Amino acid sequence: MGCRHLRHSQIRIAMSDRLALVDCNNFFCSCERVFDPSLVGVPVVVLSNNDGCIISRSQEAKDLGVPMGAPLHEQKEVIRKHGIRVFSSNYTLYGDMSARVMSILRDAVPAIEVYSIDEAFLRLPAGFDEENARELRARVLQWTGIPVCIGIASTKLLAKLSNRYAKKNRGTGCVFDFTTAIDPDGLLAVTSCGDLWGVAKNLSRRLAKLGIHTALDFRLADPVPVRRSLGVIGERMLRELNGISCLELEEMPPSRKGVMASRSFGSPVEELVDLEEALANHVARAAEKIRRFGLLATHLEVFLQTNRFRKDEPQYYPTRGMTLPAPTASTSELMATARELLHSIYRPGYRYKKTGVMLADLVSEDAYQPSLFDASSSTSKRLDIDKIVDEINRRMGDNRTPVITRASMGMESSGKGWKMRAERHSPNYTTNWQELPVAKI
Amino acid sequence: MELFLPEPLDPITIARIPFVTAKVDAGFPSPADDHLEGHINLHEELIRNPASSFMLRVKGESMREAGIKTGDVLLIDRSITPVDRHTVVAMIDGEFTVKRFRKKAGKVFLEAANTEFPPIQLGEDQELVVWGVVTYGIHKFA
Repeated sequence: MGCRHLRHSQIRIAMSDRLALVDCNNFFCSCERVFDPSLVGVPVVVLSNNDGCIISRSQEAKDLGVPMGAPLHEQKEVIRKHGIRVFSSNYTLYGDMSARVMSILRDAVPAIEVYSIDEAFLRLPAGFDEENARELRARVLQWTGIPVCIGIASTKLLAKLSNRYAKKNRGTGCVFDFTTAIDPDGLLAVTSCGDLWGVAKNLSRRLAKLGIHTALDFRLADPVPVRRSLGVIGERMLRELNGISCLELEEMPPSRKGVMASRSFGSPVEELVDLEEALANHVARAAEKIRRFGLLATHLEVFLQTNRFRKDEPQYYPTRGMTLPAPTASTSELMATARELLHSIYRPGYRYKKTGVMLADLVSEDAYQPSLFDASSSTSKRLDIDKIVDEINRRMGDNRTPVITRASMGMESSGKGWKMRAERHSPNYTTNWQELPVAKI
Repeated sequence: MELFLPEPLDPITIARIPFVTAKVDAGFPSPADDHLEGHINLHEELIRNPASSFMLRVKGESMREAGIKTGDVLLIDRSITPVDRHTVVAMIDGEFTVKRFRKKAGKVFLEAANTEFPPIQLGEDQELVVWGVVTYGIHKFA
C-alpha cells in the first residue's frame, strides 16, 4: 500500500451526518408469507404469545379494518367472513429472518443500530442517496422476501417520521428522503405531535397546552417554555426536529444484559407444583440459550404475576433475584436456585397468569476462570452433559418439544394447564431440518 | 425470549490454543500434525451467501431427469438472478414448484425435466414469481 506512514487512526472515512431508519413492513405477517405462497394477496394476522391478541396484520387485514392489538375473540366474525389467515407467533422464524435482514443492512453501511426485531437505524456513508436506498430495499426484498420501508434524515426522530411517511404514502415506493424533500415543513405540518416517535399521550397533552399541535408547531417552538414544561426530553426532541442530532446511534445493545424466558399460562395456575414445572421449562430454555452463546449467568431472577386485567381478583407481582455462588450455565444449578426463589415468593390463594426467569450479568465462558479452590469443580462436567442434551434436542427435536427433558419439567401429556397456547404455529421453515418448506413438483 | 449479547470480549481472552493430537512421549510425532487444517464445513462450502440461502424439500417427479427426486433437499440462493436454464423455485397459483427457468426471445416459461410433464406456459392472469435459484441438491443414497 502507498500510505505506509498513515496510521490507522488517521484514516478518516468520509461520513455524512445522515441516518436511515429501515423498518420491515408487517414483519411477522411478511415472514409467514415468504414460506407459504398461498398467503400472497390474502389477509393475514399473527397473534401474540398465547394466541391472545392480534400483533401483526398484513396490508389486506389492515384494509379490512382489523385493529392492532385487538383480542382474537373480538375478531372471530370478521376473520370468518373474509377468510383471514391466522397464525400463532413463531419467534424462531421471525428471529432468523430478522438476523438475515440485519446482516444485509450491516454489510451495506458503515454502522447500524438494531433497534428492534424489525427496525434498524443506519449510519449512511457520504453520497448514499435515495437511489441507493431503493437498491438496498430491493436487495433485502430479493434476498429475504421481506419488504421494508426506508426513511432518511439527519436525526433519528426525523428518520422515524420519514419512514412513517414512506410507509403511509404508496407513491413514495417505500423510500423517503427528508433531506431532499421539496416541502419538509409541509410534511411536518400534517404530522400531529402524537404521531412523533416517543411522544406518549401525557407528553402530547403538555405540548397542546403550549399551543403545539403539529410537528411543525413543535419545530418552530420557543425552546425555553418547551424545556420548562417537558424537560430535557422535550428539548432534545425540539433539537432533533430541527435537524440537530441528539440521539446517537447505539451500536451496542442496552447495558442490562440478560436472557429472559417467560410465558403466560393458557389458564390461571394456583398450585406451587405447577408453577415449579413451568419455571423449570423456562430455566431450561434460558440456560440452553446462554450456553449456545458460550455465556455464564452471574445473577438469576424469578418473577410471578397475577392477571392485572382481572380487577375482581387479588393481585400479586413478586420478583426476587440473587447473585449465584459462581457464574454458571448449568441447567441443574440454575434450576435449584430458581426453585428456591420461587418457594420464597410463592403465596397460595392467588391465580397466577405468568412466571418467568431472567439470567443476567452474563459473562463469557472463556473469560471466567474458576478459582482453584472452587467448590463447584463439578460444574464443568455438568455443563458438558447439558451441552450434549442441547445437541440432541437440536438435532432430533423441534423447538417446541425437546427430546430429552428433565423430570422437573413435567411430561407434556400430564395435561397441566400452563402449556402455552400456540395452536396455529407455522413450521420452523429455516431452522429445523424436519420442517423445511415443501414444493410439490 | 429476549437476548442481549454482552460486551465483546477482550481479544486476549478469545485467543485459541492450537490443538495437537500426537502424544509427545510416544516416539515420533505424527508427520500429519504440521498439516492440520480443521475439517470441511459443508455449510461454508455450499452456502455462499447465508443471508439469502434457504432450504426446501421436494415431493414429486417432474424434475427427475435433472436429478431431483422425491425427498431431496434443495439449497436455494435468492440473491442469484435467474438466467435461461437455471433451476428455480417458483410460486404459481399459491404453491411452490421447482422447474427449469427458460427465457427465449423475451418470453419466459418453465420447463419440467421429465418428458411426461408439459412445459408451463403462463396464462393471461397468471403471474410467475421466481422465489429463488437452486444451487445444490441433497439426495440420500444410504
